Amino acid sequence: MQVTKGVVKALVGNHAVAYAVKQAKPQVLAVYPITPQTTMLEKLSEYVDRGELKARLIRVESEHSALASIYGAAVAGARVFTATASQGLLYMTEMLYWAGGQRVPIVAAVATRALASPWSILDDHQDFMSKRDAIWIQMMAENVQEAYDLTIQAFRISEHENVVLPVMMGFDGFILTHTMERVEVLHDSVVDSFIPPRKFNLVDFTDPVGVGPVAPPEDYIRMRFEAKKAMERSKRVIKEIFREYEDISGRPQHGLVECFMCRDADYVVVSMGAWSGDARVAVERLRERGAKVGLLKVRVFRPFPFEEVRDYLRDCKGVLVMDRAYSFGSGGILANEVKVSLYGHNVPVHSLVGGLGGMDVRPLHIQTALENLMEGKLEEERWLL
Amino acid sequence: MINLPPGVPLARPSLGSSGQTGTWRVLRPVIHYDKCTKCRLCFFYCVENTIDLEPNMFPKIDYQYCKGCGVCAQVCPTAAIEMMREVK
Repeated sequence: MQVTKGVVKALVGNHAVAYAVKQAKPQVLAVYPITPQTTMLEKLSEYVDRGELKARLIRVESEHSALASIYGAAVAGARVFTATASQGLLYMTEMLYWAGGQRVPIVAAVATRALASPWSILDDHQDFMSKRDAIWIQMMAENVQEAYDLTIQAFRISEHENVVLPVMMGFDGFILTHTMERVEVLHDSVVDSFIPPRKFNLVDFTDPVGVGPVAPPEDYIRMRFEAKKAMERSKRVIKEIFREYEDISGRPQHGLVECFMCRDADYVVVSMGAWSGDARVAVERLRERGAKVGLLKVRVFRPFPFEEVRDYLRDCKGVLVMDRAYSFGSGGILANEVKVSLYGHNVPVHSLVGGLGGMDVRPLHIQTALENLMEGKLEEERWLL
Repeated sequence: MINLPPGVPLARPSLGSSGQTGTWRVLRPVIHYDKCTKCRLCFFYCVENTIDLEPNMFPKIDYQYCKGCGVCAQVCPTAAIEMMREVK
């Protein structure tokens, strides 16, 4: 396929995602403000007001209603979008499960933020990670460019006939949402051909059906089983769509995970989200000193890329998993997934928990943890306090 | 249009597909037609749409689906609907 050079813009994360949404041409948007996502929906309101985006904008009274309203629109055949964060995502949770179980194609952006109590508006991944069982595909961006790219891809993935699942695109609150970066945006015509109009409805108005019906146990468990299979099928679809996007954008999209200097590495950091950038710096510094270290960045968290993680990590001498969210009484959430991936392989997995409630984590923190890991001095779980 | 993948929870409406809810009833509303003024309040209030109107505009209760909630008896201005214990 022909690569057309995109247009370079300077955009904050929220505006980059809003721009991607505008190009994806959703027909119905539900807007409800919550820090740090608000400026994205403000931008989308502006687009609608100026007539640049022909969409129905519903000003709802809560996040629960936000998802409920676009759920209805999506069932009727519209392409839909909303965004939220933190407590808003928690309030939306009931509808998240309705949408996931009903297999409604929806795209939602989550500007990740800490959860109360205590109150915090700053970044961590607790809100996003707590929704891992809601039957939503979950992807997470490292920088503003990736947030833009993943948003465009999310619409394609969600509406793919072998998937038909809602997609959540997470990107770090403030660290990405309010930081201006260089972003290369695609031409509208390129996006148009990448995401054609939606081809199907869940309902046919000439042949009425009940949506979200009561299901007896034998039907219920079968539908859950089908949802599980759809999640598994989606891995292949996501990789295909990433590859196709690579062709039109000219930017590498890697796959469900991105391997940075990890192929020959003895020690690998596994991370997700914006601080993967800091991990890159730490890895580069240690490589300059001759240490064989690498980074494995998880781009898609649900479905979890067990095979890829296993393939990259099974011959490592040690793995350091960075978690910005914690399952209390269990452990770092990403660390647990990595441990599951490596079941049966003798690879020590260490967990580094930090950044909760916006706590600053710098490359040096990661570098020190990696050095400790190589010296055999790292605890199984370390909190960066 | 594409074919939807399997496992999308959709139901086709059919009579009694969720069970015959009349079996839930403990109290049975019985209309005393001598007191009925055809005001149709019971018809409008019935939450389950189990009250229909006969051609002569008298209400008629569908006991196959009436759950016996008693709303019709409460709203009847002439107390023409009596809630009677179901006897087997």
